[in-house]
Amino acid sequence: MTERYPDYDILDKWSSVSFDDKTRAVLTQRLHAVPGRRFFTQTEWDLLEALSSRLAPTPERGGSIPITPWIDKELFEGDTEGFRIEGMPPTLEAWRKGLAAIEAEAKAAYVRPFAELDSETQDIFLKRIQKGEVDPALWRGMDAKRFFGDILLKGVVGVYYAHPQAQSEMGFGGPASPRGYVRIGLNEHDPWEAREVRADGKPRRSGKTQR
Amino acid sequence: MTAPTAPRARDGRAPDVFTPDGWVPMRCHADSEEVDFAIVGAGAGGATLAARLAEKGFSVVCFDAGPYWRPLDDFVSDERASEMLYWTDPRITGGDDPIALAGNNCGKGVGGSTVHFSMISLRWRPEWFKARTKLGYGVDWPVTYEQMESYYAQAEQALSVSGPVKYPWGPPRGPYPYRPHEVNAPGLILARGAEKLGVKWCAVPLATVSAPRGKSPPCVYRGWCHYGCSTNAKQSALVVWATRAVAAGAEIRDMAMVGQVETNTDGTRVTGVRFQREGEWRVQKARNVVVAGYAIETPRLLLNSATSRHPDGLANSSGCVGAYLTTHAGPGVWATFDEDIRWNKGPPNMAVTEHWNYTDEGKDFHGGYAFMSQGPLAREWGQTLAGRGLWGAELQREMAKYNHTAGFVPVAEVEPRACNTVTLADEVDPYGLKIPKLSFSYSDNDRRLQAHSKRFMGQMLEAAGGYDLWDNDDTSHLMGTCRMGDDPKTSVVNADGRSWDIPNLWVCDGSLFATTGAVNPSLTIQALALRIADRIEALARRGEL
Repeated sequence: MTERYPDYDILDKWSSVSFDDKTRAVLTQRLHAVPGRRFFTQTEWDLLEALSSRLAPTPERGGSIPITPWIDKELFEGDTEGFRIEGMPPTLEAWRKGLAAIEAEAKAAYVRPFAELDSETQDIFLKRIQKGEVDPALWRGMDAKRFFGDILLKGVVGVYYAHPQAQSEMGFGGPASPRGYVRIGLNEHDPWEAREVRADGKPRRSGKTQR
Repeated sequence: MTAPTAPRARDGRAPDVFTPDGWVPMRCHADSEEVDFAIVGAGAGGATLAARLAEKGFSVVCFDAGPYWRPLDDFVSDERASEMLYWTDPRITGGDDPIALAGNNCGKGVGGSTVHFSMISLRWRPEWFKARTKLGYGVDWPVTYEQMESYYAQAEQALSVSGPVKYPWGPPRGPYPYRPHEVNAPGLILARGAEKLGVKWCAVPLATVSAPRGKSPPCVYRGWCHYGCSTNAKQSALVVWATRAVAAGAEIRDMAMVGQVETNTDGTRVTGVRFQREGEWRVQKARNVVVAGYAIETPRLLLNSATSRHPDGLANSSGCVGAYLTTHAGPGVWATFDEDIRWNKGPPNMAVTEHWNYTDEGKDFHGGYAFMSQGPLAREWGQTLAGRGLWGAELQREMAKYNHTAGFVPVAEVEPRACNTVTLADEVDPYGLKIPKLSFSYSDNDRRLQAHSKRFMGQMLEAAGGYDLWDNDDTSHLMGTCRMGDDPKTSVVNADGRSWDIPNLWVCDGSLFATTGAVNPSLTIQALALRIADRIEALARRGEL
């Protein structure tokens, strides 16, 4: 995919008035203090790495955006949304149960662990889990669709789009305090916003404002 | 940034919300000192009531389970880190249409959900207070719009609501205290669509200031309103009412979780509250207790306070504590535009139409809906698209359109029904208190109303030039679980928020709502609190407390 905002990086604003110290502190942690494994077993961790690499977008600018470490941290610290849908196990238990069920489904279908499937097969397999086309016995009473959508995918995406690189790629404004925005109308941009380019690399002209 | 782990409001001082690390003096009370009012919860209901009762000379201790925030030091421009603002204690949510909790509708800390609310400050349509009599559905409230009107005005003044000179719907109300905000791009999309379809629209009256007010600077349109306002432009209950409460002599006791309302041996009066602070359970004596924990924690506390005299929970002879749980349905319709929208800029909801709140013809349902322009940030939008089932490359393609997307979400009325409930589960939380369990299902009328709203919002987005439309389902707000009424058999409290069963036990929050109306509830909660404060003063003067 051609990038719409190739020359935009939220972190270029790091020393500007779009950032304050407390936000810098949060993002310093996110960028430089990636936590180690404390909640998941090594097997669970490796599986989640494999799942995340299909579920989250592939970073356009190369490198990788860590996902599993942050989910591990949330679960280790009990820093979750707290509520659960009736019939679902508590969040920590749901993760363990769900990851085990996905691996069991992969082995039942392909006689191999999920991580060893080619990416095309992985995607076909994940779409099946997403639709809830599963063997209920392997899920031990847990709703597979809910685990996939409400817990696994929501969790992975929530970590991915908390990362400045993912936000830069989509042209998101990013941190905005103490300075906010001045030009907020249609087709209006402040100088500290992302500049969009067309597929041919030329600056994108703003769409005509309809009246 | 992480949430504070120890109380801040203690030893005669409370955080000064207008400085990063300053303090203001605060009157403190010993547990053994019988205060006039113990208020449980420092949000839109509790903090407002605490301020007004203290200003009237009552002694007040207002409890909150969460921290006393310092907006200038605690609030960051980061969605993930801001989850500390939400109520994330364990809860179970069920029924045919389980309501998502936490960030969706629950705050924890002084200011409650108003710390992360959208600041939408709309009055009710007058007829809604008598929906059964005047519109033929739902139930009547025990108060009228005429009784509420001056309190709405008082609340709007207290919050310096920034809104249009002439609001296009409802009875005349004069200009809002502060001029309206400039409407941002997603709001202009709504405006354009409304004009194409021939319905009225206007700038949303917002509780964030459009000009300096005291120590609050004008809003700088950073757009992070759902994650705490780091500049104090937002007129939250934290900035407005908690500040007034402390200045008037109330004590706000942060990080103090109330587990039980205590009663005397024959169960005829409440005597105080049992609360945990820094791991220790204590009891604060009080002549009156007001429960203001919002529509889950309020019924939960009353149910968790059951005694042999009140085996079904306090104030529950009607069986209505925890019943008639309602929310606002919030189905979204979204579209792509050629123009640059960049909907992260400015408050999330800057334009509104209340057309279907004030038009009764052409509906195949009872009730109404307002809808507003939207402004989700990156992570929230990613999770919304994930909720649509997108992942991997598909998700990436759709996220790339972020700056070219706009959409509408209604505040859609939901019927109050006895079958929708908050009850206690058998499981306990880390405090040892039974956790709440919700059960919620939409009625057929609710579904017809939402389908209508989706059709109409879709037409408007297309009229405005949007394409590739899609929709989703969501909710906002919680109401109704300790409803007010005229009949002790079918309501928990009377028009003053006073429980029918125990005369010195009160409720003051969104649980009071007998019907939901179809605008955001915070202004009405604050207006009710202002009215209840005046009623308490009048009753006290007559010796009837």
